[in-house]
Amino acid sequence: MNDVAPRRLTLTVFRYDPRAPERTPRMQSYEVEEADGMTLYIALNEIRERLDPSLQFDFVCRAGVCGSCAMLINGRPGLACSTLTKALGPEITLAPLPAFELIADLSVDTGKWMRAMSERLETWIHAREGGIDFARIEERMEPAVAEAIYELDRCIECGCCVAACGTALMREDFVGAVGLNKIARFRLDPRDHRSGNDYFDLIGDDDGVFGCMSLLGCHDVCPKNLPLQTQIAFMRRLMAAEGLKPSLKQGDGK
Amino acid sequence: MRDLVSGALSACIAKATVIATGGAGRLYRATTNAVICEGIGTVIALETGLAALSNMEAVQFHPTGLFPSGILITEGCRGDGGLLRDVDGHRFMPDYEPEKKDLAARDVVSRRMLEHIRKGNGVKSRFGEHLWLDITLLGREHIEKNLREVQEICRNFLDIDPSKDLIPVYPAAHYTMGGVRTNPTGESPGLAGLFVGGEAACWDIHGFNRLGGNSVAETIVAGMIVGESIAAFCDRPQNDLTVSMGIIRDFLAREDAKISALLTGGGDEDANLLRIRMQEIMTEKVGIFRTADKLATAVDELQALLAKSRNIGVRNKSRGANPELVAAYRTQKMIKLALCVACGALARTESRGAHYRDDFPRRDDAQWLRRTLAIWKNESDTLPTLNYEPLDVMRMELPPGSRGYGTKDDHIVHSDAPRRAAEVEATRKRLVDADRFAVQAALMPYDHLLPPDLRVRNERIDGSN
Ligand SMILES: Cc1cc2nc3c(=O)[nH]c(=O)nc-3n(C[C@H](O)[C@H](O)[C@H](O)COP(=O)(O)OP(=O)(O)OC[C@H]3O[C@@H](n4cnc5c(N)ncnc54)[C@H](O)[C@@H]3O)c2cc1C
Repeated sequence: MNDVAPRRLTLTVFRYDPRAPERTPRMQSYEVEEADGMTLYIALNEIRERLDPSLQFDFVCRAGVCGSCAMLINGRPGLACSTLTKALGPEITLAPLPAFELIADLSVDTGKWMRAMSERLETWIHAREGGIDFARIEERMEPAVAEAIYELDRCIECGCCVAACGTALMREDFVGAVGLNKIARFRLDPRDHRSGNDYFDLIGDDDGVFGCMSLLGCHDVCPKNLPLQTQIAFMRRLMAAEGLKPSLKQGDGK
Repeated sequence: MRDLVSGALSACIAKATVIATGGAGRLYRATTNAVICEGIGTVIALETGLAALSNMEAVQFHPTGLFPSGILITEGCRGDGGLLRDVDGHRFMPDYEPEKKDLAARDVVSRRMLEHIRKGNGVKSRFGEHLWLDITLLGREHIEKNLREVQEICRNFLDIDPSKDLIPVYPAAHYTMGGVRTNPTGESPGLAGLFVGGEAACWDIHGFNRLGGNSVAETIVAGMIVGESIAAFCDRPQNDLTVSMGIIRDFLAREDAKISALLTGGGDEDANLLRIRMQEIMTEKVGIFRTADKLATAVDELQALLAKSRNIGVRNKSRGANPELVAAYRTQKMIKLALCVACGALARTESRGAHYRDDFPRRDDAQWLRRTLAIWKNESDTLPTLNYEPLDVMRMELPPGSRGYGTKDDHIVHSDAPRRAAEVEATRKRLVDADRFAVQAALMPYDHLLPPDLRVRNERIDGSN
């Protein structure tokens, strides 16, 4: 605790509602007094409660685990809920994530984008023919494998990596680091019986791993510190090798 | 249904409706729950006047909410050897619970923490009092490997390093054991075609005290069982719908009028202030320690708040996306739900699981082995109507007994319990050579309640039959 007078923060926020296009996009500034332990979640709610009930933004878990509150914080993609204002200067600029459909102000529809990506990459376990027999005990998994999967499964689909990606901003169908990381995750999973060739069909093109320009903004901004750089490099080598294989091959490539 | 992005109201006509909207931790000021856990789906069921809510007074508090935000610090911290400490750095749990110490049940630890603070051992801060969770003794390596999320939370929200610093904690509302009363297929007994699953339901998995890990398990199992039941329900021709357009029109008009009243009715109550007041009442009077006095005051105050909530006004008059409007109608609903919790807690003159009455500290199976059912009969009511439904001990596989609360577990026994316990024992003896499926069928058959595809003989890890 300190007794120094609290800072006055100026939050300058992007305002635009595509459903009310007569009001053109603009920046609007709000002043709040900084409090102990203040995060952007607290600051934005205070603005909405006291200063401007029309301001739109999203928070769900407010604990850094759901990914709803990603936005550009001073130009850099990050989670607003887990950003302490004391880590920032007194002038804070907030804007919605690019690459996603704007709902209004700071609120974007990452859900729609993520769903489309998931459906395209089929980001679920593809069991063997015949499916899973619920009456049988599940096969055991080596703890090391479970941990390796968990490491990648920590992705919260916040969209920061997509917003920070040069390719994603140019190619609408690029699956982003989030998509490539998902494929890396399912490839590790012994319950998923897709082959290297199957994965090649999903990400072996310019909308997949070969679209990556290796700028690695994704890696720098990931709030979960996922090892995106190594995963993308690894998937690229794997898919390049897969692409060179004679195309007749079938079966389980793991 | 109101589209939060466009503000459009629309009616969906369906044979079956599913509510899976989660718990209602946001009735309290400090909660581990997400901001969307407001219990709105539960109230939508309540507002039908037909579906009953069951055991809403059963609210679990997690001992280690981060202070003051309530963000959950996992139980794994104590599981791995972390300790609770007071203002003097003293490890106090063994003083109260010599056997289980820091690892006692969630409700026990939460109560002991409050008790300890009340005795003057809390750490004072500008946001109020708290205690410490100490995981420094686990070492940086362990924390980085096994408690990485805890480390992230501490760094992100408090800018502290839990391998060096103590973590400020205080119990926070965590889980809603109560919910919309359902039968085994997930359907509301009061309203055919209404199905409920997950934390929003009271599907009888958790009783008055959920055990850690059981809730995600419930969502998965409910997904399988309730999901299949809904599909079967919709397939049955007798469940075909014939609906009058008039009913739909009237309903939409009524909901539209409610929105209009908030936007242009000239009300002058501030939804945010009412909500904060409700959370304070719930936290102070319907929280971890409950007494008749406090609960009765809470019911009065919540009733007054409900009346005020009918006079909420909003500044932003947009019918489209309008977060203030959303907060307004949700606050009205949440106060109703808060009343269900408070009324149920006031009426239940015993302690059971997470519901703890200072004035009635014993569990009383003789009087209270029954579920609370709350319904909201008329929109104009200011209180829920409570009914009770006894549990049939004679059909239980595990008749009520001691639940491991140590020496304090001197509950008042239900008259059927010893009889049923003897019966179960005799059945087990008689079937000592039979397989577990025969034993299950003799003690508590449930196969007939399952969707046909799930009536299978599950394998067991130990290979037992
Ligand atoms: C921090 C924390 C940690 C936990 N850890 C564990 C654990 O380790 N193990 C365990 O078993 N349990 C745990 N639990 C409990 C468990 O996570 C929840 O009980 C479970 O997720 C509930 O699932 P659900 O699908 O019923 O509801 P939720 O997951 O809460 O989903 C409800 C959904 O409904 C939506 N919704 C709400 N209202 C409306 C509305 N009016 N209209 C439309 N949609 C609406 C919400 O946006 C949300 O998407 C934890 C809970 C918390 C808060």
